[in-house]
Amino acid sequence: MEKRVTFGKWTIGILFAVPQLILIFTFFYWPAGQAVYWSLTLQQPWGGGNIWVGLDNFRSILANADYWNSITASLTFAAISTGLAMVIALVLATLTDRQLAGSRLYRVVLIWPYGIAAPALALAFRFILAPEAGFMAAVNKFWPGFWDPGLNGADAMASVIVAFSWKYVGYNFIFFLAALQAIPRSLIEAAAMDGSGVIRRFWDIQFPLITPTIFFLLVINITESFQDSFGIVDIMTAGGPANATNLMVYKIYSDGFRGLDYSGAAAQSIILMLLIILLTIVQFRFIERRVHYR
Amino acid sequence: MASITIRDVRKSYAKMQVVHGVNLDIRSGEFVVILGPSGCGKSTLLRMIAGLEEISDGTIAIDGAVVNRLEPRERGCAMVFQNYALYPHMSVAQNIGYSLKVAGVPAAERTQRIQAVARILELEHLLDRKPMALSGGQRQRVAMGRAMIREPKVFLFDEPLSNLDAKLRVQMRSEIRKLHRRLNATSVFVTHDQVEAMTLADRLVVMNGGCVEQVGTPAEVYSRPASRFVATFVGAPAMNMLEGTVALDGVSLLGGSRKLNVSRAGLPVGSKVAVGVRPEAVRMVAPGTPGALDATVDLVEELGAGRVVYVDLDGASFSVVTSETVHPEPGSAVGLQFAESDLHFFSSETGGRLDVFKASVPEAAL
Repeated sequence: MEKRVTFGKWTIGILFAVPQLILIFTFFYWPAGQAVYWSLTLQQPWGGGNIWVGLDNFRSILANADYWNSITASLTFAAISTGLAMVIALVLATLTDRQLAGSRLYRVVLIWPYGIAAPALALAFRFILAPEAGFMAAVNKFWPGFWDPGLNGADAMASVIVAFSWKYVGYNFIFFLAALQAIPRSLIEAAAMDGSGVIRRFWDIQFPLITPTIFFLLVINITESFQDSFGIVDIMTAGGPANATNLMVYKIYSDGFRGLDYSGAAAQSIILMLLIILLTIVQFRFIERRVHYR
Repeated sequence: MASITIRDVRKSYAKMQVVHGVNLDIRSGEFVVILGPSGCGKSTLLRMIAGLEEISDGTIAIDGAVVNRLEPRERGCAMVFQNYALYPHMSVAQNIGYSLKVAGVPAAERTQRIQAVARILELEHLLDRKPMALSGGQRQRVAMGRAMIREPKVFLFDEPLSNLDAKLRVQMRSEIRKLHRRLNATSVFVTHDQVEAMTLADRLVVMNGGCVEQVGTPAEVYSRPASRFVATFVGAPAMNMLEGTVALDGVSLLGGSRKLNVSRAGLPVGSKVAVGVRPEAVRMVAPGTPGALDATVDLVEELGAGRVVYVDLDGASFSVVTSETVHPEPGSAVGLQFAESDLHFFSSETGGRLDVFKASVPEAAL
């Protein structure tokens, strides 16, 4: 006898899927489709419909030096903040894994930053890194003019990177710690018996065995560094000084809603989407090969 | 080859002491098996020798040098783990050769030594495989190879056969024995399986509750168990134990319903003892035979080569191993007979062996 639940009519099955399909369509495909449509048209300044312009929006964006500057800034931001967030988290997780007393507390405490809304944490870091009163003011006192994110583009970029990395260190830490603890203790002990020291054990045993987690976090961190950076940039630097921190996602907002260039902003969104897709494909093609799945 | 000297070794976790002052001398080239139920501290003791657990108190010396403060790699021990602990991302050859790689042995020599070990363990055709693609027995062999290649002073085995099926276990057991004969390295083998322990050991160390109960050859441990625990733990089916009280003319058993006519040399009348007799040492005779204990058959377990007969002796369960030719029926009455030389006496208070009953009346009688 057939034990499975079956539906007499295929329509019933479809009906069960409909709520989810509506959600996905309404909140993903429809807006994405609209963005594609807008990017290929020019919105009339005083209303009255869109004029079809083909790829003109893309041509004008890609001919703009400011936009290329924004792409460079985004890539720099993505590379450094992902690197920082992952390396710091891995170091913390490795240390925690070795000495387990209190690790439960770390787990809870370190996930909190991820739960803080980007603008809130950006505001906090704006105060912490303020050149006149914050933590860096002490450095400025001994070395006047050393730190001023309001004037120096590199300082501004550093501030944004620090704030973003801080948020993701906690997130990465949880995954790294879980991955490290999933490695059977006897493997580490066997390596110790084989004469391997702490550092050597990390590179020879633990690191290869957590590569699936490293790969997962790499994809997530890079994607998020393109998308989740908006709130931090908006509060801390508003893209300045001199566009130094005008990341792609922030430029979409400022061109679209401040510059009122909806069509150009839509075209930028499409480019950002394609860039993230491309980066993810690259990671899967070239990095995933080196991952050891157990 | 190396001797191991263990002096007053203790292990405590927080406030719990799990190993209570163990003393043990392991001679060079000896195969010592530590046997005990789970949680008796046997693995902890082994891991303290290996350097994977800190020694709370006492000293462990290898070849006369105290190793308490040495890292595992400095002690010259190799260990085979219960779950094999093979590196899943490395091939068999890499697994076996890892210690050499760490030690900086040149690649050419490494390959040569891996080949040599693989030949002994019949792993040559598997060298390129990952552990995932191996069977349990093959993994076990790789784990052995990883220990062997370092030519260690001491081999440590932490229940290495318990994850294998029964047939493979017997096979690997004899391979380990052969390997030891060939390499003649000092070996310490931890197990809870008494058959494994009896067959492998030059000397057996029986542990219980963090203490060593007895050290001796398997034959000694079997024939003269030092305590009630050892008597019931070693041997299958377990030794029969009957509680008794020393009386003027022997030992009264089971609250006075039965009596053994043995001399009570030296023991005060009224002291409590446990009388043990191995199921293999009991003969079944016709009920009512003079000098036999009468009992009722409860259950018969067929073993093929013989049977285990469980009988009821005034409410106490008693087992007898019989030959193939005897066919007792459940519910029937039988007589149980045994030589006094086969009886073991233990103090009911301390559990220790009492030897005062030796050489007295030859036959136990009702």
